[in-house]
Amino acid sequence: MSKQAQHWEKTRNLLWVTLAIWFVFSIGIFFFGAEMEASNFRPFGYPLSYYMTCQGSLGIFVILIFWFANRQEKIDEEFGYTEREDD
Amino acid sequence: MIKGKFIDNLPKVYGIYTGGFLVFIILMAIAEQAGMSAKLIGIFFVAFTVSIYAIIGYLSRTLQLDAYYVAGRQVPTVFNGMATAADWMSGASFVAMAGGIYFKGYGYMALLVGWTGGYVLVASLLAPYLRKFGCYTVPDFIGTRYGGNLARVCAVLVLTVASFTYVTAQINATGTIASVALDIPFGIAVYVGLASILLCSMLGGMRAVTWTQVAQYIVLIIAYLLPVFWISNKMGAGFFPHLMLADEVARIAELESQFGLGTVKNSAADLATVPKGLAGITKAHSEVNTTPWKFISLAVCMMAGTASLPHVMMRYFTTPSVKTARRSVGWSLFFIFLLYCSAPMLATLSKLSLMDPNLPTGIIGKSIADVQAIDWYQNWNQANLMFISDFNGNGTLELNEFFMGGKAVVLATPEIAGLPYVISGLVAAGGMAAAMSTADGLVLAIANALSHDLYYKIIDPKAETKKRLIVARVLLFIIGFAGASIAALEIQGILGSVIWAFDFAMSGLFFPLVLGVWWKRANAQGAVAGMLLGLISGTAYLIWVRNGGAGFWGITQLTFGIVGSLVSLVSMIVVSLMTKAPDAATQKMVDEVRIPSGRTVLGKQH
Repeated sequence: MSKQAQHWEKTRNLLWVTLAIWFVFSIGIFFFGAEMEASNFRPFGYPLSYYMTCQGSLGIFVILIFWFANRQEKIDEEFGYTEREDD
Repeated sequence: MIKGKFIDNLPKVYGIYTGGFLVFIILMAIAEQAGMSAKLIGIFFVAFTVSIYAIIGYLSRTLQLDAYYVAGRQVPTVFNGMATAADWMSGASFVAMAGGIYFKGYGYMALLVGWTGGYVLVASLLAPYLRKFGCYTVPDFIGTRYGGNLARVCAVLVLTVASFTYVTAQINATGTIASVALDIPFGIAVYVGLASILLCSMLGGMRAVTWTQVAQYIVLIIAYLLPVFWISNKMGAGFFPHLMLADEVARIAELESQFGLGTVKNSAADLATVPKGLAGITKAHSEVNTTPWKFISLAVCMMAGTASLPHVMMRYFTTPSVKTARRSVGWSLFFIFLLYCSAPMLATLSKLSLMDPNLPTGIIGKSIADVQAIDWYQNWNQANLMFISDFNGNGTLELNEFFMGGKAVVLATPEIAGLPYVISGLVAAGGMAAAMSTADGLVLAIANALSHDLYYKIIDPKAETKKRLIVARVLLFIIGFAGASIAALEIQGILGSVIWAFDFAMSGLFFPLVLGVWWKRANAQGAVAGMLLGLISGTAYLIWVRNGGAGFWGITQLTFGIVGSLVSLVSMIVVSLMTKAPDAATQKMVDEVRIPSGRTVLGKQH
């Protein structure tokens, strides 16, 4: 496999992982809104359904993007596809 | 004080600017104590901030193509994040969002999830690759990747439909705020708003819009957060309201049952006396009040729409590299997060200060006559944003007898909570900044697509730089004027048309953009089919549902993008597979786009 094909495969794998995490916190958990509300698991003192919509998911997205950017930069470095700094 | 290039001094320049703005707020506060009238304070706030933006716009004037279209591709990561956040957070986010959460609770908060989650798609699927491409506009990518003028024209069409729907709402919002703050009729205020928008973008294009948007972000975030923290501290809800929400949420639930939320229903005859556009609290604050599908479908539309709206995407064309484009998406979302996670706080604090009888500001349970005598009630009642009526005739204000407009949650809460008027002036300036920055980005996105893709690439490819920039500016003026004229007609609410814009963009552009990077086999015929059929089917569904159609799968007029984008995806794949694969040059171009290093596909000036 060529260098570029390998790079793309790793990039694609990272995309799937990123999208999977994104799916869980943007779509997955909201299938269970009523269950989250009824649950006694209330780490912040109020229903998890309300917490996730007002802060939780939003904050996770911020962290997820930075994590994704770091991982992608590592992949690019590994294959020598990093841009020149003076570019 | 400042030496060397402007770009190297950004933190210093904006640091001084922020300091200056804080000093201005303090001066206004002193002036208020000295007896300056509320009206004058409002005028000062709006006029002062708008003239600063205009000065930045003038200083950023340019005669260079890449400065005009992509701000010279030298906007640093964090500053581009701020500019994108201002570009993104519209008058609707600023003025209407807390109100929506206040009245509709959990079901409405799907918008919060959707409008932030979309950035994950932007970062992972699109922004870095489009930056590598080196395009000036979104149709520039579609036109070059798929080849042929037809694909380019289709992209311009979708972009114009989506962005224009959005921009009329934003000009409407600037008009609303300008008319309140400057005390002039709405019909005139719309054009005052338009003039301020054009001042920021006309001379310097993307470069001017970038630097004004950073300035606007600073104003709008101070204007949003300062009242939230102040109110929270004043009512003893804790120094950092975001971390201490639990007590407030529990207290509201307690008060809701105490005041009989949901047990006392208003009769239709009583409700008919309530002015149009005002609503009472009918839904419990933190209850899950919608079906999973309703919540998720709305969130999905907003996320896919985010990734397809051109005025957001084109902000990532302005960074120096692919790596910075990717990081910049993270910063954008961080700056957006600061405001979005505060909107529920504001809604909660606002509700608490009105409902809690232990607070001096609480009005529920007081006598009707007392409430009617309160200054702020009279003001906002006159502005048609507040209304009380003694339905049951017991002389006491019940929860079901209090009505408020959605905008009032942001605009009136500082006054209700007893903050000085200077804060209300600040909030008006913030709302103006939010609406102006988004309108600027949108007007520029449309005008650039028309001037670059339609005029230069198709009509007159030999046009010189000077001529191209003149055409770009004339178009900017025409688009802005058309938007203002439609806004002056006031045909639709602000939030409704914002959501439509996301659905339009998602219907026509989401899959053609994503598959352009991620599926080499996608070809021009497929993309054209995807864009046109997606846009047409989405629009048809919207018209059908609006005219009383039953719809299917629980898809409403707010989520018609699901229909449009599915049709777009299927038709794009089917047509692509039925026709010839893209030629070797195109395949190589896609390979090139997928790695960050090396030259951009399109040259620095094209």
